[in-house]
Amino acid sequence: MSYAIELKDLRKSFGKTEIIRGANLAVAPGERVAIIGPNGAGKSTLFNLISGRFGATSGEILLNGQRIDGLRPFEISRLGLARSFQITNIFGRLSVFENLRCGVLWSLGYKYAFWKFLAGLTDANERAEQLLHMIKLDRKRDTLAMNLTYAEQRALEIGITIAGGANVVLLDEPTAGMSKSETARFIELIREVTVGKTLLTVEHDMGVVFGLADKIAVLVYGEVIAFDEPNAVRANARVQEAYLGSVLADAQAAEAGH
Amino acid sequence: MEFFVISLLNGLSYGLLLFMLSSGLTLIFSMMGVLNFAHTSFYMLGAYFAYTISGAIGFWPALIVAPLLVGLLGALFERHCLRRVHKFGHVPELLVTFGLSYLILELVRLVWGNATVPYGLPEQLQGPLFTLYGTQFPKSRSFIMLLALLMLLSVWLLLTRTRIGLVIQAALTHPETVEALGHNVPRVFMMVFGGGAALAALAGVIGGNTYVTEPAMAGAVGSIVFVVVVVGGMGSLAGAFLASLVIGVLQTFAVAIDQSVATGLRAIGVTVTDQTFGHELLQLSIAQVAPILPYLLLVLILIFRPKGLLGKREG
Amino acid sequence: MATTSMAGSAAASRPRGRLHVWALFAVLLVLLPQVFRSSLALTMLSQMGYLAIICLSYNILLGQGGMLSFGHAVYTGLGAFVAVHAMNRATQGAIMLPVIAVPLVGGLAGMLFAALFGYVTTKKSGTTFAMITLGIGELVAAMSLMFPGFFGGEGGVTTNRVYGTPFLGLTFGSQMQVYYLIAAYCFISTGLMYAFTGTPLGRMLNAVRDNPERVEFIGYDTQWVRYIAFVIAGFFAGIGGGLAAINFEIVNASDSLSAVRSGGYLLFTFLGGATFFFGPIIGAVLLVLASVLLSEVTKAWLLYLGLVFLLMVMFAPGGIASLIMMNLRVARFGKLKGLLGWYLALALTGAVMFFGVAAMIEMIYHLQLEDAQGPLLHFMGIGLNAKSAASWLGALAVAAVGTALFEATRRRFARRWGDVQGEIEAAIHAREAAGA
Repeated sequence: MSYAIELKDLRKSFGKTEIIRGANLAVAPGERVAIIGPNGAGKSTLFNLISGRFGATSGEILLNGQRIDGLRPFEISRLGLARSFQITNIFGRLSVFENLRCGVLWSLGYKYAFWKFLAGLTDANERAEQLLHMIKLDRKRDTLAMNLTYAEQRALEIGITIAGGANVVLLDEPTAGMSKSETARFIELIREVTVGKTLLTVEHDMGVVFGLADKIAVLVYGEVIAFDEPNAVRANARVQEAYLGSVLADAQAAEAGH
Repeated sequence: MEFFVISLLNGLSYGLLLFMLSSGLTLIFSMMGVLNFAHTSFYMLGAYFAYTISGAIGFWPALIVAPLLVGLLGALFERHCLRRVHKFGHVPELLVTFGLSYLILELVRLVWGNATVPYGLPEQLQGPLFTLYGTQFPKSRSFIMLLALLMLLSVWLLLTRTRIGLVIQAALTHPETVEALGHNVPRVFMMVFGGGAALAALAGVIGGNTYVTEPAMAGAVGSIVFVVVVVGGMGSLAGAFLASLVIGVLQTFAVAIDQSVATGLRAIGVTVTDQTFGHELLQLSIAQVAPILPYLLLVLILIFRPKGLLGKREG
Repeated sequence: MATTSMAGSAAASRPRGRLHVWALFAVLLVLLPQVFRSSLALTMLSQMGYLAIICLSYNILLGQGGMLSFGHAVYTGLGAFVAVHAMNRATQGAIMLPVIAVPLVGGLAGMLFAALFGYVTTKKSGTTFAMITLGIGELVAAMSLMFPGFFGGEGGVTTNRVYGTPFLGLTFGSQMQVYYLIAAYCFISTGLMYAFTGTPLGRMLNAVRDNPERVEFIGYDTQWVRYIAFVIAGFFAGIGGGLAAINFEIVNASDSLSAVRSGGYLLFTFLGGATFFFGPIIGAVLLVLASVLLSEVTKAWLLYLGLVFLLMVMFAPGGIASLIMMNLRVARFGKLKGLLGWYLALALTGAVMFFGVAAMIEMIYHLQLEDAQGPLLHFMGIGLNAKSAASWLGALAVAAVGTALFEATRRRFARRWGDVQGEIEAAIHAREAAGA
């Protein structure tokens, strides 16, 4: 079976510091995977490596069986992988509709055309309208992106990410900074818009993780120490130690002391 | 032989002057992310202020006073103009320094006129330092070298050995963190900008009477300094040093060589006449091409090594 | 500071309105020389015509692409040189080239050189890009001294635009005919450049301006986007250069390729307003008015220009176009009347400040340049003595008082403006809530 995303002994060093120390992962097509781990484990770095923002020091990254390590972000994007950003990364001076339309242009083959009018590209406009409806920003169609509220901007961020119709979607802390109710609605949105796609998401909110993911990958000190169903991961001793660390050790020591 | 040595020394002194200018520019760029288009205007102001001040109290006091005055002006500009524009982004920042350079040029022309001013060397710096096989190496140029090296040393000591230097170094890459630690980072920025201006003015005080003092001096050296910074690698002090010396030596040597491709061809028996295709190009002597050598180097670097000689990867 | 987006969404909902604007533009182009009949006016209108094309082409880089270029004169200048040589060849009969096609030749030259230099230039972005354009500008300017055959040395290259068979009876000998040629090209070029803003590449160029990193993640190579836009801008720059060559019948390297000229395009495009499509047109008009009229009024015009530019960057970085649009927006919500009093106060205090500062500047200029004529000069109807302390103290006092009053008024105005903006935002929200 060809995996959607495969990481083989991936390593990344910044200067002398090794951040990703041999990460291995194999995500099947259509799986929803949440990547969790303590702070500083390298989750965002992993995303940056997969999406081509940083180059790997060594190791392989495969997308649908094809090697993508060393490719530039736009090349990887054209192969069907899209990502969102933890810090909202949208086109501030364009309207919401324009933002979405920009996201669809390449995938519909319009490339660098300067001999066609955007107004006449029915398929692009329809798709953008569709996306607008999907992320529920219909009423803000013509608002400049920089004038949206934070949650609306996050929704637009997701919209741009899925606009190109990529089959593999990477979401970097999509619900960062949101309130409980906003988060709940947002998770519903993510679930709707990523039907049938392979999803990798970095998350800290455990409620989101357990509710959304089929499988959980635990990243600690740049290594994937567990990759399994949520309940199995919850019971995994290594995972508990990594998260609870000294508390667990103390508890065990206290027990042993009796 | 003597041509080689003298030219090398001349090239090094010119290169060190370029470094005096490009180092201040690199420091400001590294810290504040803004490339100060008016940097060479401060250089020009240093020369003009020194001209006027040395007329009143002599050259050596002017060597101290002129840079201080310009540094003060630089700090004021940062405080009132640059800081205001910071929130608009990098392009407006560059534009505001561009506007300043324009304004300084016009003010200089207004106050001192369009022609070259007779800003001369003081007695102690006139004449040759030594004579090599009949060719002289002037005291003034060696003074530039001395001053540049002293400046380099003191800036390095300031940055690495003093407390304020440590704060500046930290603010070079993480201004917000430094501010969170309680340091007055805006004031640090103002000091660095003023300091950079003062260094540029210092170069002007000695460059103005060694070379020439006229309104066009800012523009003439300006574009070369920017080329140095890009060729060396944006934000790299060591790269600026290397690039300054390379360009300084390259240009000094080139200006003295009267050979061209045509003379080379003539040496092997091929004559180039007015009818030969591309004769204009072939008959160009290296001396004639000398002014564009830095820019050719810029283009070559951009094609073959885009991040500059010693540049770090851009984010 | 929220600015309305370019071309796109806002205007898309009012196609009828847009047609009216274009019709008005065409009518103005046709009728202006009939209204202002002096030969000075005709000269100025002709210059405004091709400078509008040049400034609009510059804004493809600056306003639409976020690319700050200090070397745009390279492409207008080289376009002009190729055009002038083409005209000379056509005069000799070596090639068939009617005068009306000469600007296209300039455009092609501009495009080719932009393709050549642009490859290296667009490898970088932001500040580095700006420095590279400066370097290449200097490179070409310096090279012009090395090839006198093409660049004509100190005297430049001259030509005669009256050659060959007249086109529909037009010889283009008279300035009036040249003006209408320029006007025609201006209208068509403006139309094409406006159309560009509504194409996929045009929109992606805006995206690259706003967030070049994100663009890479939606499948676009930012360097290609910038490069193609650079070439297109070079094309229109060359057209402007070709028209200039026809207009003056002489092209001079030290003038047409200089960094000063590039700086001028930058300055006035920015003054006119880089964030709106029509801003550069205003910039071109100001450029001609300043260099032809203002330079006659005072020797210090470059200094005033620098001051205005600096103030604009600090207080109104969207240029005059943005000031107009912001006030139109305020007017649409019926709040403009309340601000008129403030504008009057600003104008009055500003005038006092300006009076004092200008008096000092003029006195310095007088001392510097017209010393032979003695120390007396007339400044706006008042006699000043450049060498008397009284004049100086008076000017200084007026300047100081004016500045203090202006700054006080400006701060109050800024607060009132903020309040008005808040009221407008509230009205918009109310409208949205009611409508939806």
